[in-house]
Amino acid sequence: MIEVRWHGRGGQGAVTSVELLAVAAIAAGKYAQGFPSFGPERRGAPVAAFTRIDDKKINVRSGIYEPDVVLILDSSLIGLVNVTDGLKPNGKVIVNTNRSPEEIRRELDFKGTVATVDGTGIARKEMGVPIANTTMIGALLKVTGVMELDAMKDSVEHRFGRIAQKNLNAMKRAYDEIKISN
Amino acid sequence: MGKRMGMEVAMAVAEAVGLCNIDMAAVYPITPQSHIAEHLSDLVANGEVDAEFVTVESEHSAMSAVIGASGTGARSYTATSSQGLMYMHELLPIASAMRLPITMAIANRAVSGPLNILNDHSDIMPQRDSGWISIFVENGQEAIDMSIIAFKIAEHQDVMLPVNINIDGFQLTHMVEPFEMPSQEEVNKFLPPFVPHATLHPAKPVTMGAFAMSDYFPEIMKAKDEALKNSKKVVVDVFNEWGKMFGRNYKLVETYKTDDAEVIMLTMGSMGETAQMAIDQLRAKGIKAGLVKLRLWRPFPFEEIKAVIKNAKKLIVTDRAISFGGPGGPVFSEIKSAMYAETQRPLIYNYIYGLGGRDVPVGDFIGMFERVIADTANQLADTYEFWGVRE
Repeated sequence: MIEVRWHGRGGQGAVTSVELLAVAAIAAGKYAQGFPSFGPERRGAPVAAFTRIDDKKINVRSGIYEPDVVLILDSSLIGLVNVTDGLKPNGKVIVNTNRSPEEIRRELDFKGTVATVDGTGIARKEMGVPIANTTMIGALLKVTGVMELDAMKDSVEHRFGRIAQKNLNAMKRAYDEIKISN
Repeated sequence: MGKRMGMEVAMAVAEAVGLCNIDMAAVYPITPQSHIAEHLSDLVANGEVDAEFVTVESEHSAMSAVIGASGTGARSYTATSSQGLMYMHELLPIASAMRLPITMAIANRAVSGPLNILNDHSDIMPQRDSGWISIFVENGQEAIDMSIIAFKIAEHQDVMLPVNINIDGFQLTHMVEPFEMPSQEEVNKFLPPFVPHATLHPAKPVTMGAFAMSDYFPEIMKAKDEALKNSKKVVVDVFNEWGKMFGRNYKLVETYKTDDAEVIMLTMGSMGETAQMAIDQLRAKGIKAGLVKLRLWRPFPFEEIKAVIKNAKKLIVTDRAISFGGPGGPVFSEIKSAMYAETQRPLIYNYIYGLGGRDVPVGDFIGMFERVIADTANQLADTYEFWGVRE
């Protein structure tokens, strides 16, 4: 089982992403859970959302405390929120930033995998908006290999209709452009 | 054929209800039930569900509206949570006394104060004696299945009572997870049209919910009690029918590795699957642990519970509500009274946990087992403790 914790700010679409990812994983024949950090959330405030994906039925329903992967939608949260809290020592951190993985590694003092991609820049170019939640799904799939990028197609089309292709394009670019430091 | 898919459970519940040929729904939105209200109203507004969606101004009106509608012979549905359920409270015994087969989803949430929107069972417990059939579900699939099954139980000619389906708020309602959604054809085959005993109609006037003083009131109460007790058989029959048709078999009381278990835990609702993982870990250490999951809260399945716990040495009853100043959690008092006259019975322990959404990971369930097993002098039995609460 892979457990992912997403960090973002209210309004950046972390909850939408965990939903899209879980629906796509289930459609691909896997078992998945996607859920928000329960409770009231405010635009701009730090939020978290969670994904579990497995090949067999998932029974656990408590929170995720020792994630395999942490995905940071907003790099301004680094230092503000303890983003690596509980992250497995051999885990992976994926950050939406134009900085290098090495720079982020030094800042987080983390020895596992660190990967960065300018998700906001890609989202701006591909969709005309600085919202990188769907873009960063591409980054997550590249770094984890949990499923094929193509598996996202149906769930993104169902959710976004005529603007789905732009989201898929952005996802593909993040998949291709992400820099990974092991 | 049903379809395997992923969706947020609250929305899936609305979809399932939408398959049930409801005539009307009156739902006032409240967290964490809101997505049931919103999605069902979408389905009606989009013409996908041919029903009347009554936009009421409160839960009191929602329950009043479904009572009136059900009285006319309409298949009627509502859903609520927490304060909304508390606000409905005075109408709940009226619905059951009038023998109206309303069904209601309860996205269980803590009751104020202090204000809290997260999950526990303090909203349903004060409604215990309202005369409703009360079912708890453990995952999204059960939430969907029971939402459909509930109509068939409620409308059975030998039952004619309202049913509530308890779906843990957030832990279940806000979870995107996989399940199989039955098809419209399957639901049509399973769920026959509602045939009411009598209906409110101007052409043929009848009185429902009439006045009764001491001349008739006790008889009506006894009849209601008997109706609720007798409904147990129908619940079993309908569960079996569902199992035959869909391959998902439900019992009033589910068991996990209880056959040779020396220490058994009892849960209700979404905690069951996490507790099951604790059982596996304890078994791996050689501890004979087992789990009982109580699905039917009313009518209380006395015989079924006794049969599965009587051979254990110790029983840990878990509660997600408190009877303040009373004997412990409400489930605990029920189990204790069920076992009182038995010559062979386990020592019974009680943990009150997960209040107001406090998370309960696998390790906490293991901790409860370890504490109970370590109590060799049986000092903690027959009383209750709060689990994981700072002092």
